[in-house]
Amino acid sequence: MAARPFPLRRAAFSDALGWVAVALVSGFILFPLLAVFWRAGGASLPGPADWSALRFTVLQSVLSAFFSIALAVPVARALARRQFAGRGLMITLLGAPFILPVIVGVLGLLAVFGRSGIVNQAMAWVGLPPVQIYGLHGVVLAHVFFNLPLATRILLQGWQSIPAERFRLAASLGFGPRDVFHLLEWPMLRATLPGVAMVVFAICLSSFAVALTLGGGPRATTVELAIYQAFRFDFDLARAAVLAVIQIALVTLAAMLALRFSLLDGFGRGLDRIPRRWEAETLPLRLLDIVTLALVALFLMLPLGAVIWRGLAGLEGLPPPVWRAAAVSIVMALVSTVLAVGLALALAHLARRWRGIEAVGLLGIAASPLVIGTGIFLLLNPLSDPSRWAFAVTALVNAMAALPFALRVLAPALRDLEKDFGPLADSLGMRGAARLRWLILPRLRRPLGFSAGLAAALSMGDLGVIALFADPERATLPLQILRLMGAYRMDAAAGAALVLLSLSLGLFWLFDRGGRRDADA
Amino acid sequence: MLTLDRLEIRQDSFELHADFALETGTVAAVIGPSGAGKSTLLNVIAGFFAPVAGRVLWEGRDITIMPPAKRPMAMLFQDNNLFPHLTVAQNVSLGIRPDLRLSPDDNTRVALALARVGLEGLDARKPAALSGGQQGRVALARVLVQRRPLILLDEPFAALGPALKAEMLDLVAALAAETGATLLMVSHDPADARRIAPVVILVADGVALPPQPTKAMLDDPPPALRDYLGQ
Amino acid sequence: MKPHLMIAALLAAGPALAQTPELTVYTYDSFVSDWGPGPAVKEAFEAECGCTLNLVGAGDGAALLGRLRLEGARSEADIVLGLDTGLISAALETGLFMAHTIDADLDLPLEWNDPLFLPYDWGYFAFVGNRGAAQPADFRELAASDLSIVIQDPRSSTPGLGLLMWVKSAYGDEAAAIWEGLADNIVTVTPGWSEAYGLFLEGEADLVLSYTTSPAYHMIAEEDDSKVALPFREGHYMQIEVAGKLAATDQPELADQFLRFMISDAFQAIIPTTNWMYPAVMPEAGLPKAFSTLIQPEKAILAPIDQADALRDLALDEWLRALSR
Repeated sequence: MAARPFPLRRAAFSDALGWVAVALVSGFILFPLLAVFWRAGGASLPGPADWSALRFTVLQSVLSAFFSIALAVPVARALARRQFAGRGLMITLLGAPFILPVIVGVLGLLAVFGRSGIVNQAMAWVGLPPVQIYGLHGVVLAHVFFNLPLATRILLQGWQSIPAERFRLAASLGFGPRDVFHLLEWPMLRATLPGVAMVVFAICLSSFAVALTLGGGPRATTVELAIYQAFRFDFDLARAAVLAVIQIALVTLAAMLALRFSLLDGFGRGLDRIPRRWEAETLPLRLLDIVTLALVALFLMLPLGAVIWRGLAGLEGLPPPVWRAAAVSIVMALVSTVLAVGLALALAHLARRWRGIEAVGLLGIAASPLVIGTGIFLLLNPLSDPSRWAFAVTALVNAMAALPFALRVLAPALRDLEKDFGPLADSLGMRGAARLRWLILPRLRRPLGFSAGLAAALSMGDLGVIALFADPERATLPLQILRLMGAYRMDAAAGAALVLLSLSLGLFWLFDRGGRRDADA
Repeated sequence: MLTLDRLEIRQDSFELHADFALETGTVAAVIGPSGAGKSTLLNVIAGFFAPVAGRVLWEGRDITIMPPAKRPMAMLFQDNNLFPHLTVAQNVSLGIRPDLRLSPDDNTRVALALARVGLEGLDARKPAALSGGQQGRVALARVLVQRRPLILLDEPFAALGPALKAEMLDLVAALAAETGATLLMVSHDPADARRIAPVVILVADGVALPPQPTKAMLDDPPPALRDYLGQ
Repeated sequence: MKPHLMIAALLAAGPALAQTPELTVYTYDSFVSDWGPGPAVKEAFEAECGCTLNLVGAGDGAALLGRLRLEGARSEADIVLGLDTGLISAALETGLFMAHTIDADLDLPLEWNDPLFLPYDWGYFAFVGNRGAAQPADFRELAASDLSIVIQDPRSSTPGLGLLMWVKSAYGDEAAAIWEGLADNIVTVTPGWSEAYGLFLEGEADLVLSYTTSPAYHMIAEEDDSKVALPFREGHYMQIEVAGKLAATDQPELADQFLRFMISDAFQAIIPTTNWMYPAVMPEAGLPKAFSTLIQPEKAILAPIDQADALRDLALDEWLRALSR
């Protein structure tokens, strides 16, 4: 028997919790899927239109992930090595596009990049031909807009995990920027990038409205849209379910690949102090960082500004149901957050030893909400009135959608924590609740705050599975926005979208700030 | 009495055998070339690593597969001995109760331990606000309140200057003597052994030799040790 | 059982028997929203029937049908309100509906005598643009112009399907050529009506596929008369929205009462300024003034229900091929 480090008798309970979480997440996907197959009476092969949808989906996902990462690295690097007033605010604001409801964000993007948008007006003014946003490049642009903030944020966390002491060592050895990159930053990136790419890829795989609206035509059909059409147009449950399975398989494959190329590196944490970067204090590098940050800020903030501008106009005269829906959404978001973070912690605990667990977390966004919602509906319908379960199901679906992000943030953090302080905690007998209270929660405050903020903001803007689980008494804010848009009331919808954006950002800021308050936590 | 009964440790291509007993109350230094397995041996005794064969016994009781916290030992690592987010007092209190639910008597014990190591008044500070030597003392205070009969040190003072390290070692030895604890200390510096350890355990060439008197060993080292000492 | 116990049991059951009956109506989301017809309809009907009206929103028309199919005969719904003519054949296939006994005097541009489905409102599809801009008078002129249009995907949107059927019904075998001509006018195809209309209002396109009644909203709610619908020589495709009674209903009389209410003035008067469509029965007070400024198509087109499916599949093929080039 080969020698191995001691696991076992300790932490059996927390391991059990982890497996319960795995069962919950997998069951949440598996059983509804099976229910749909059962109802459909079997599977049916996707047609040629579906295969071209698949090709397009993979293509735009890969491109979107690539460009998101490519742009996120310089931005995160710039943020990691510059200290300036308003840095915290900028980091929070940069997170905003990620939590925008898709259609609101798209309209904001079009206000800037569209045919009659700011960019084209500027081009016309200068005498250049107009920029055409509709097409594959438009889809990628929109995906980068939505996902760059998240990628940047996670990479920034990675950067902040490099101990300050190492930069000091680098400075004392006279490292230039290239050496620092090669020896300090690249190892961290190598460990973090695959995971980030995996999440962005998965998000883009299940993209729906963006692809068609900006893609310009039926060529730009994604798998999710094909599922929607199979369900709506033909009521072909079998095809919808098969497509959903293909989507899940794709994401799982991506997850496996990314996990394989991701490296475990604990970084041996030093006592936390904010790092100073001596090698980066030259003028050219400062200019580079400033320009990078300015351009990204412009790219992300202009569309956001357009959303805010239009929203302000629509704020007055917002009907009372919108405010009621805002309250409902907040409560729902808080419930989803607790669920998502709790599940993520339990899964992260298992993921210390079995890296594959992280793929389980991704199932939440890999699975088509329409198919899962239909499956849950089929499971619940014989037992009880589904609309009575609307709140619970929506909260659960939202939690599942936020789970991968929370997990992506918490799993590496927990792994590092165990590596650094695990032996000490073990030797002192810190187990279970004591370990959670005195070691895990305090040390993980920053990533916990961030992931809770993410989960809360995502849940606010998520539509869940509204068609089947709309609670007539308690409509959520995104649903009200949709209803306003469907009733010509675009200004009011813009106003409600502004309310949604503010609340989402507010929740995110609250949680994130709470996690970042202490310098050494 | 700590007994290593035909212990066999294996990690990848590395192998170590140990078969000896250590009297209660002894202060022993574990020395040897780097990579010989000194820390690994300590980790096995502490319970962080499982041996392939053999047993670890304390006072006749088999503790080979006991989890670290249940063993009658206190351990100091090379780094990360303190939780940066907890105060000095809290760090020490962990030695009494891992859930930090202390009775008034417990709190007194903590205060006394801090005073013993010369850190009274610093109980509300966080480790980042302390010097390296002070951090070492906090860890020692915790060892003191743990009141375990076996203390394992894996070079926790290696980063301190010679004077400071000597001071720490003296303190450790004094604490051990006061409580009658057995002290097992890994060190790469034979001077440490000379200073506080009457016996040394030499780990070299895949074997951890039984304890030998320090002076004899260092004055007339065997070949393996001679290379290491540079004589 | 002893007699006085039985009487006691009956007395206890009395109030339960006299409990207000509940009518469940499945409809689309914009109907139940607070600014749709829902609230007013609920109030008016409950006053009339002494019952509880339970309006359940379920996405849009197609999602509505999908939910019904999922639930099958076990559905709690007594009435389904909100299917449009494009969905009727699929609804028929479910076999879940039963004939209503209403003899209605409807004000539709076409004859309607379906025994299962009763219309409650209708409208014409049309391209909507800004006043003062170029106004092509038919599809050929539109295709030849360089006006930009935004349309919806027929597979995920009922207006999108409407446009598809419009072109196919008006042009038959030449439909494919029309689409190829339109391909360069199309800025983008959206999943639903709201996105398309939103894009149009943002200025992303000159024209959007919508309804002839769209300008009325802007005139009445925003006092803005800058939007106009374009009249086309081929005629305009109709969208007739219907309601049907489910065979498995446990409240057949109440359901019939609701259907009668639906074509009565109390319901129909609510429709124009909440659903922004033409009511199936002209309200006593007539239509709002702004409606008189709307274009009145000379010809109303609607594919016959028995041919609709085949036509649709063919049209979709042509559409995909023309636009995927």
